[in-house]
Formats: sequence, C-alpha cells, structure tokens
Amino acid sequence: METKKTSLYQLHQDCNAKFVEFAGYQMPIQYSEGIVEEHKFTRNHSGIFDVSHMGQLFIYGGEDLIKDLEKIFPLDLKNLKLNHSKYSFLMDKDAGIHDDLIITKTKEGFLIILNAACKDNDFKILKEFLKDKYKMVLDENRSLIAIQGPKSSEILNDVINGVKDLNFMSGNWFTFENQKVYITRSGYTGEDGFEISIVNDFVDQLTRELINKGSKLIGLGARDTLRLEAGLCLYGHDLDKDKTPVEANLKWAISKERISKGDFIGSDIIIKQLNDGVSKIRVGIKPEGRIIAREKTKIFNQSDVHIGEITSGTFGPSVNGPVAMGYVENEFSKKNTKVFLEVRGKKHPASICSLPFYKKSYVKGVN
Amino acid sequence: MSEVKYSKEHEWIKLEGDVATIGITKHATEMLGDIVFAELPEKGSSVEKDGTAGVVESTKAASDVYTPVSGEVVDTNQAIVDDPSRINQDPEDSAWFFKLKIKDSSEMDTLMNKDDYDKFAKETSA
Repeated sequence: METKKTSLYQLHQDCNAKFVEFAGYQMPIQYSEGIVEEHKFTRNHSGIFDVSHMGQLFIYGGEDLIKDLEKIFPLDLKNLKLNHSKYSFLMDKDAGIHDDLIITKTKEGFLIILNAACKDNDFKILKEFLKDKYKMVLDENRSLIAIQGPKSSEILNDVINGVKDLNFMSGNWFTFENQKVYITRSGYTGEDGFEISIVNDFVDQLTRELINKGSKLIGLGARDTLRLEAGLCLYGHDLDKDKTPVEANLKWAISKERISKGDFIGSDIIIKQLNDGVSKIRVGIKPEGRIIAREKTKIFNQSDVHIGEITSGTFGPSVNGPVAMGYVENEFSKKNTKVFLEVRGKKHPASICSLPFYKKSYVKGVN
Repeated sequence: MSEVKYSKEHEWIKLEGDVATIGITKHATEMLGDIVFAELPEKGSSVEKDGTAGVVESTKAASDVYTPVSGEVVDTNQAIVDDPSRINQDPEDSAWFFKLKIKDSSEMDTLMNKDDYDKFAKETSA
C-alpha cells in the first residue's frame, strides 16, 4: 500500500522535515532543530503539530444516537454539555482497548478523534454496532492540527478571534477565510493548547499564518517526549487489547453514573475490576541516573523477581532525565517502590513514581 | 603526524604513537539526532576490532558504538557521560569516547581516509 501524505506535506518539506512512515502516512519525525529544541519550544512558546493522519469521525444524530453511543462508551453522554469533550476508549467485551479517543458533542451529533493506526478498524466496529441508523463520516477532506504551549492561545486568537475564551475540553465552530473550522481547547502535550479541524485546502495557509505569528512546526519525535512527560498514554504501546482502562489507571475517565447501571461494552469486566482490583497496573517509572529504559524493558523487584514491563520510555527534555511508564504487579505499584530495569543485560535501579513527570498547565476557566 | 581514519560504522580514530583516540563522526550525530545518553567501555578492559565498545542513545533510539581497532581501554571521556549533548556539539574533537592502547597497527590500514569516508557517508545516507 502506498504511503499517504497529509495536506501539509509541502510545508513540512519547506521546513526541512525528516520523514518517517507512521500508520501508513509520511509524517515528520523532526525538523532541523531537533527533538530536544522542538520539545522545549513547545513548553516555553508554541508548537504546531500536524495530526491530520488521525481519524475525524463525524456521527450525525440526536437523542437516539446518544442512547446508542452510551451502549458503547463508558460516558454520561446525555449530560455532556454541547461542544464539550471527553477522553474515552472503544473497548471489546472483555474491556480490552481497541483505541483511545476524544469525543465531542456537537450540534449535529458527535465528533470522535481516533488514532491513525486504529481509525479504519474503529469505523468498522462502530458501523457494525450502529448499523445504518446514522450518517457516519470518517472525514478525509479535513486536516487536523494541534497548537500547544503557553503562547498558543495568544497566537491562535490573533488569527481566529475568540478562541482564547474556550474552556479546557470544550470547543466550537469558528471561521477562517470563510471556512468553518472546529476548534477544541485540548491536546496531548501537557500544555494549554487547541486542536483545529479545517478543510484540507486551507490548512497550509492557516499553519503558515500561525508560524508567522511565532509558532513553529514540531515533529512526532517531540510529540512523544511531550506526551510521555505529561504521563499520557500512546495507543499500541501503553494501551492495547490486552489491557483494560482500569489496568491502565484510567478509571477517572469512566463515568461513575454509568458504572452503577453498567450497560456498555466491557462493563462486566470494568465493574469486576473496580470492585476486586487488578493484578497489573500502569505506573510511572523514574530510572536513577541517566539510563534510558525503553519499551519492552523488563522490570524486577528487589528480590530479582520479574514483576512487569516498560511500555514507553525515553529521555524527557524538560525533566532533563529519563522517564518511563509501564505495567507492574499491583503490590509493587506504590509510589517510591524500588524496582530494577534490565537494560542491555544489566539491572539498573529505578522507582515507581506518580504521573505526570511534568506538571500540566491547562487553562480551566475563562481568562 | 597523526592521521584520522574512519570506519563504516561511523567512528573516527586518531592514532598518536600506540594510543588511538576514538569517537563518532559528525555525520553519525546528524543521523542520530539529539544524543541524551552515552555509555563507555570500562578502563582496563580489552576490546576487539568491530566489537561493541559503548552505546549512544538519542531521544528516538539506542545505537551501539563499535571500535574500529583492537586494544586495551586506557582512558574514557567522562565529560560526555555527564553531558551527552557535548557529542552533538563537538563530535570529532572534545567529545571523544575512549582511548585504546592498540594491539595491531595494521588494523588501521583497513579503515577509510577522510575523502573516502565523506563519499561513503554521502552514498549511504542518500
């Protein structure tokens, strides 16, 4: 299968991007300044991420659609306010995670942002469940960019007036060059920021205007170090079909109202795990010294017993040291528990720590 | 006069008397990106030509560092372990990796000179 290009491909090239294939797309891993500088620029100023490879699924419908989606997602969608967003998951009947996603209630129905590698399968699963009751569009005509970091609100507001008044995890329709753009105040870096859905033909112009105002394009490499410092999961690494949201320590994202009734896909297992506990759980792991423990690194306890595995690990530029997360047996998941990580045949000391590694600065209310 | 030679694994080596200083090339650092971790061989240990003699890691991945000649490790550069970003800043001088008392100076003959290496680097990265 030929790799796809996003509508910003030319701009990436103009900015000297190094490309990698990711989920069937040619995506920028970094630009000329490199991952560490891009990471820091996002934390201190403002970075733009091309996330057009992600799925933008629009499902059109009203009351019936809310009821049907509540049979799928562990969310209280009925009481979700218009233009508000929630983090959630598409699970199988055993509560294994098919994908993690952001779902937003719009006037027309719902907008669901899906991972690139999962979007086609997600669409199939949702289509099987919802049949032909609702119009469902996995929109290839729209691009998605994220602008993240402390200066982003000011920069984006200069180009699209009014966005600075959005609250965290809420959105609305705005206009840019007479085009309707849907903007949410959200992101995946641990910084204040926005995600902008815009038709393909106008994304290049919008992005160039944001760059002219002082933002910079940031590659997938820095996106990964940013999200890991923020303690956020990456599907296919920290989350997959062998892990449940409870094991992934994401029970905060499951609606309490929905648990009491428990009539969504995977609810039997979720309720059981919430009551009885789980045998493995996702934790933050801080290696001592500078050693980097990457995905699949084995974790041992102080008696040299294998107790788990790293699922994401890298060097955190803002932490200025190695950071990791992984799954350990529940009894070793307490903060400050000493563990050992096997890297290149040697065991290196580390400790279990709370997430995030880097403190969030999301905007909660209107400024 | 000491001559600098280069390996296909993108190490440089500078021989002075029977002591060789070894590091990774600027081209290697450009391919790796930001280096955030370095591990060096132990002083006093013996390393064999083309064998592993260290590790560098960028934010993206870990890569082995090989030794282009055999010998005994007589010195290592702690400064690059303490601050691996020095490797990106000055790879072919102050950010050397280790020094070897070499076993067989004829091993130097199997390596490339600067022109050949530059050509090789250009071809392999194209």
